[in-house]
Amino acid sequence: MSKVSKKVLLKGNEVMVEAALSAGCRFFAGYPITPQNEVPECMSRRMPEVGGVFVQAESEVAAINMIFGASATGTRCMTSSSSPGISLKQEGISYIAAGELPCVIANVQRGGPGLGNIRASQGDYFQAVKGGGHGDYKLIVLAPSTLPELYELTQNAFDYSDYYRNPVMILGDGILGQMAEPVELKEYKPIVTLPEKDWILDGCEGRDPRVIKTLYLYPSDSLAVHNAHLKKKYEQIASELELFEEYKTEDCELVIAAYGMTARIAKAAIRLARDKGMKVGLLRPISLWPLANSAFMRLAETAKKFLVVEMSNGQFIEDVRLATECSVPVEFFGYGGGWYPTPENILERIEKVYTL
Amino acid sequence: MNFCRTESLIDTVTHYCPGCGHGIIHRLVAEVLDELGVREKTIATAPVGCAVLFYNYMKCDIIECAHGRSPAVATAIKRLLPENVVFTYQGDGDLAAIGMAETIHAANRGENITVIFVNNAIYGMTGGQMAPTTLLGQMSTTTEAGRGNNQEGPPIKVCELLSMLDGVTYLERVAVNDAKNVIKTKKAIRKGFLNQIEGRGFSMVEVLSMCPTDWKVSPLKAAEFVNIDMKSVFPLGVYKDEDGQ
Ligand SMILES: Cc1ncc(C[n+]2csc(CCOP(=O)(O)OP(=O)(O)O)c2C)c(N)n1
Ligand code: SF4
Repeated sequence: MSKVSKKVLLKGNEVMVEAALSAGCRFFAGYPITPQNEVPECMSRRMPEVGGVFVQAESEVAAINMIFGASATGTRCMTSSSSPGISLKQEGISYIAAGELPCVIANVQRGGPGLGNIRASQGDYFQAVKGGGHGDYKLIVLAPSTLPELYELTQNAFDYSDYYRNPVMILGDGILGQMAEPVELKEYKPIVTLPEKDWILDGCEGRDPRVIKTLYLYPSDSLAVHNAHLKKKYEQIASELELFEEYKTEDCELVIAAYGMTARIAKAAIRLARDKGMKVGLLRPISLWPLANSAFMRLAETAKKFLVVEMSNGQFIEDVRLATECSVPVEFFGYGGGWYPTPENILERIEKVYTL
Repeated sequence: MNFCRTESLIDTVTHYCPGCGHGIIHRLVAEVLDELGVREKTIATAPVGCAVLFYNYMKCDIIECAHGRSPAVATAIKRLLPENVVFTYQGDGDLAAIGMAETIHAANRGENITVIFVNNAIYGMTGGQMAPTTLLGQMSTTTEAGRGNNQEGPPIKVCELLSMLDGVTYLERVAVNDAKNVIKTKKAIRKGFLNQIEGRGFSMVEVLSMCPTDWKVSPLKAAEFVNIDMKSVFPLGVYKDEDGQ
């Protein structure tokens, strides 16, 4: 019989910790950076209680390489950071993707470029979904918009990463990390049948030695073969994992496309717009890679227009144009540098583009 | 001495140049793993450098790391698998330039790992550029007039540097330029591994090694360079031994 789960008031950053530990994460390495500091702080307290390992690394570079090592032992592991720190992790992420090591990486985004500021932002979209590090690889990128969803997606992230042997990024932002909401701490149940980890390093007693490597020098086409294998895996993921939510899209003439926190704010704006008689709906991708292209295409066939709302000067909008194959006009509402919209801001923009 | 094949080495031809020190050091590490009977519980890290293909030569589990990051990777592995034996094998560029932060912090945390540090005073794999350990006046492809003419600073002495850290257990500098030193090197490597097995903390063995190819000298001259030039800048000896044996 499953235990009764309890509802507790937690900050987003703490929600990630509880979700990760419930899913069996037993290694965390990180480096302080606002607005994600509660993650390493909370991990440092909680990890020893469950018999796991917490390391405060000397840098984000070291932290992601600790994840490289931790994952190689077959341990569920996680690191978190915010934008400038995620930039430093890109080298390691490329190696982890190349070595097909599962792990979860959280980015509680802040304003950039550079040191930027510590307000919420969605300016790391390209970095997250297009690569960020060197070489042909893909991250599975999940963008929760509420804390209950953050809890669930963090648990699921460990399953996706083990199942596909691929790093998974939780792409949040400073609002999601810092806000508090009641969250039911549901017991973890795997959402897929998890494959046996027959590749881990734990000493070669009774078997041949194993190697985890990312260098493919010989024969001369071996890297191309490895990349083709990765490509096939990414195609499989893209065909199996398109997570999205639709809100009031049945009859909508204007589709707001937004993810994460902006999508949540857009919902309030849509309610206001509906009160004024405007047929507005929301398409909220939950997985940013892979993106639910078919849902975009389907709505593009019936709606007149899309409006992208994002906390950046325009990154996600490029993928919306691609996903709709430019078959409908795509309007934009967003600013970079640590700005977030209010429902009224979005309503104002809806009123402008709706009548055009 | 009984000269036979070491179980911990794969029976194959290496890619190392004639007169290179890497092969000797591989053999010494393998002999120690054999003698301590720990090959099957060993997890090694391969560096980025001439020893990147370490996993083609050593018969144990190996993870090939990004340039300089081995100490961070080894930290996680050893923390999660404390009963296993974990060692890094790193060149001077890997350990003392790009990976210096990882080196210092793993050392200072007292990670219970063994570091085999191959100091050949040059970037071997990339074709002979200046390393952090290149000697003053030594020529390289990025210091054609000799190190010191373009504000490169003097060579970094890693044993001396790490000996300042309270978290460190054992530091010894040895060399593989001749038979006597090879035997001493093996003793130091053995001690480095024994420390780990007995839970004593961070051990590093710095091995002065030959790179005739990128020094552009004969193997014989290379051994002489280690013996005379390198040893005068990098004195051999024990720099730290917390158990004072
Ligand atoms: C991030 C990164 N920078 C640079 C390189 C190129 N690179 C490969 S090996 C090497 C130097 C290795 O020198 P060392 O560590 O002294 O080892 P050796 O080859 O002399 O044994 C460099 C700079 C790389 N692979 N990755
Ligand atoms: S280049 Fe130098 S270090 Fe590399 S294999 Fe040749 S001799 Fe050894």
